[in-house]
This record gives sequence, C-alpha cells and structure tokens, in this order.
Amino acid sequence: MDCTETRSRLHPYLDRELDLESSLAIERHLASCEACRTIFGRQSALQSTVRQHAQHHAAPAALRERIAARLASEAAPRTPRRSPWRLPSVREWLQLGGAALAGALISWTAAIQYAGVASDQRLAEEVITGHARSILTAHLVDVPSSDRHTVKPWLSARLDFSPTVVDLAAAGFPLAGGRLDYLDDRPVAVLVYHYRQHVIDLFIWPSEGGAAQPPKAMSSKGYHVLHWREAGMTFWAISDVDPSQLASFADAYKSAK
Amino acid sequence: MAQTRALAAMPAPGNPPAPARPSTKQGEPASLDEAGRVRRFEQIFSAHLDAAYDFARWLTRDERNAEDVTQEACLRAFKSLDTFHGGNGRAWLLAIVRNTYYTMLRKTRAERMSVSFDDETMAAGELAELESTGSAVDLVLQQRDARRLVNAALEELPEEFREVIVLRELEDLSYKEIAAIAGIPLGTVMSRLARARKLLLQRLQHAKRES
Repeated sequence: MDCTETRSRLHPYLDRELDLESSLAIERHLASCEACRTIFGRQSALQSTVRQHAQHHAAPAALRERIAARLASEAAPRTPRRSPWRLPSVREWLQLGGAALAGALISWTAAIQYAGVASDQRLAEEVITGHARSILTAHLVDVPSSDRHTVKPWLSARLDFSPTVVDLAAAGFPLAGGRLDYLDDRPVAVLVYHYRQHVIDLFIWPSEGGAAQPPKAMSSKGYHVLHWREAGMTFWAISDVDPSQLASFADAYKSAK
Repeated sequence: MAQTRALAAMPAPGNPPAPARPSTKQGEPASLDEAGRVRRFEQIFSAHLDAAYDFARWLTRDERNAEDVTQEACLRAFKSLDTFHGGNGRAWLLAIVRNTYYTMLRKTRAERMSVSFDDETMAAGELAELESTGSAVDLVLQQRDARRLVNAALEELPEEFREVIVLRELEDLSYKEIAAIAGIPLGTVMSRLARARKLLLQRLQHAKRES
C-alpha cells in the first residue's frame, strides 16, 4: 500500500471501519513511512482530544418531565382519529371510496376499482418500505455504477426481465446504480438516482396485464411516490424530493428511452 | 408557533433535510397495542433522551432551541413508533431529531438554501491530498484551555461537518449508522469526517498559536 492509498483510508482506519486485511496493510505502511505516521499521529491525537474534551449535554430534568407529560396526554385519549403519520388502511380506503361512489356505479364495476386502489395502496406501502429500508441500512445499491451498460446486464442476469436503464445526469438525475428488491411477491429491479443530496429509487417490474397508465402521484410518511405503467412494465418512483421534481424525473426517464 | 419563533434566530442550514427515515420491515404487524407502544417508547425514551438532547444541542447550538427540537422529535417518534421494529433505537431517535431540526429550520426560512460546499464523495487522491497539506504542528493543548477550545472549534464547524463529527466522536456511531441518520452515502460520511477533522485541526492549531 502506498502513501496515497494509505492517506485516503486514514479516517476509516482511525475509526476502525476497515476490514482486517486493509487495516494490516495500513499498519505495515505506517511502520515503514514516517510522513504517513506523523499524519496519522496528528489525526489520532485530534480524535482523543475531541473525545476527551467535547461536552456531552445531558437533557435537563425539566425537559424530561415535560416530554413525559406530553406523551402521557398523547397516549391517553387516543381516539380512532386517524394519525397523519400513517397511510389509511385498506379498509379505510374502501370506506372512503365507498362513500364517494355509492349509488353512482354498478356495484361490481365499483368493486374492481376498489381493488385497484387497494392494491396500488398496498404496493405504495411496499415501495416506501423498500426505499426507507435501503436508506436506513445504507444499502442503496448492489451494483454501484453510473454506467447503464454495467447496471443493465447486472440486473438482467438476476431477473426474469430486462429493465430499461438510462443515465439522466444531463437532466440533473445522475444514475448511482441498481439493486434488487422483493415486493408484490416477486423480485424487482430498483434503479437508484441522485438528485442533489436526495435519493430517487425507481422500482420496475413487468405488469400483469393492464393497459398503459399515466403517472399517478401519492404521498405518505414524507415520501412522494409516482406510479405509472408503460410498455408492459410497472414503474414506481419514490423519493423525498418535491413532487414537481419527481415528476420531472419521470418525464426525463420516459423521454430518454 | 413558539417553536418556530424560537428557531428564527438560528443560522442557515448547510444542506437540505435528509431523506433518512425510520425503516419498517416487511411481514411484521403494522401496529402494536397501546400498552405495548407506550412501553416500547418508554424504553427508547429513557435510554436515549440524553443522546437526543445532546445531538439537538450540537445542531442548534442553543439550549432553548435544543429543548424545542428534542420535545418535538420525541412526540414525532412516539407517533411513528409503528415504523420502529427493533434494532438501534438510538440511531432511529437521532434520525428523527435531525429531521425535526431541519423541518423546523425550514419553516423559519422562506428560501431553500443551496448546497454551498462540494459534497461529492472524494476520490482517494483528493482524500490523500487533504491529509498531506496542513502544518506539522503538534496538537498539544494546555489542559485548562483544551475544553474551551475544543468545544468552540466544534461549534464553529459548518453544520454538515459538525453533525457527522458529533455523531462519530460523541455518539460513537459507525459510518453506516451516521449515513442512515444523515441520509448521505457512506463515502460522503468519510469525506465529511475528513474535512471536519481538517477544519478542527486548523482551528485548534490557530488557537494554540494565538495563546
């Protein structure tokens, strides 16, 4: 390992984030290179200085009591009032849809529409879950690459379909890679794009029947979701960017193909 | 809103709110019964309130704003407890503290701030470059000054660097946990830590020469 490589990994080494092999390689280099040893010594001294002297602020007792009291009052009278933090359940959706449509449509036509809403809602939940899990576990991509000629074959080799992969850097949405997820009872492709510091996931899988469908927007839990069907494929774009940005992203993807 | 007012005097954010959100796992029940909810939250709350407040305090650099952020974050956490399915309760709560902070901050600001620093994950060469510059002055601070100097240097760091260094050195979290909380890629955690430490070294060495 040379100086450049050692210095580029000094922080993960200091923070014990490297695997054993890399750590040993760095230790070997440090043993033989005084310049790198000096730099490491300085960083290591800084870390212990910060850890020794940086102030930990304990929560004031009054704050603890105030929050406990607020929570107690939140918890006690929990009426069936739907929390804005949750998606409505399938049953609630059916009730809403039922009220709006009652008497207006023949019952079995309405039933088909209910089923459509309910299944979109369930899929939206699954898409949000997949997106949130990947961010929380920092597992954004299985194949990190901005090159569609790398991402597409990787996905195609692992799926029973071949998603359209395009880099949208020119439109402000650089391709960051791809990963696999499992939802709607099947493995699906996820293309991962960046927009500034945000992550946009595009879930793709073949749609079972169903005609082309223009983008439909939904929002939940702070995420915005855009769903459309085209050329036999189902698309779900999800992110925490503004809905208008997500719409631009969908436009860019659809027109780039 | 009192909280909005309290935050009005806060500095501009260095970056927009992160996408970090609590995760849910597939196949688990969507909600707990009420007693279970309260019990589970009490565990997280009593174990991690100090960490939540400390992080809020370092983000806001102000006691009153830190209390507002912490209180709001705890209420949000309680309401979205269904999204927590075990794992690291502290990281989950800290992610909510951070989101709450940026949400409250954004409410007080009409315009969105653009990102003012180069946030690309640095290449190995650039990271190495970061280490090779800088003076060779040893970092030995007088014991009586160290506490004041270190805390002042941390407070002066731009927000995006302050949060990663606080999560790393004070909360002792892994890169992966920091990435999840701040909603940034692992490589960005690494490059921000490198820059944060470079800035800290510069400030401390400068302060040392001054004294």
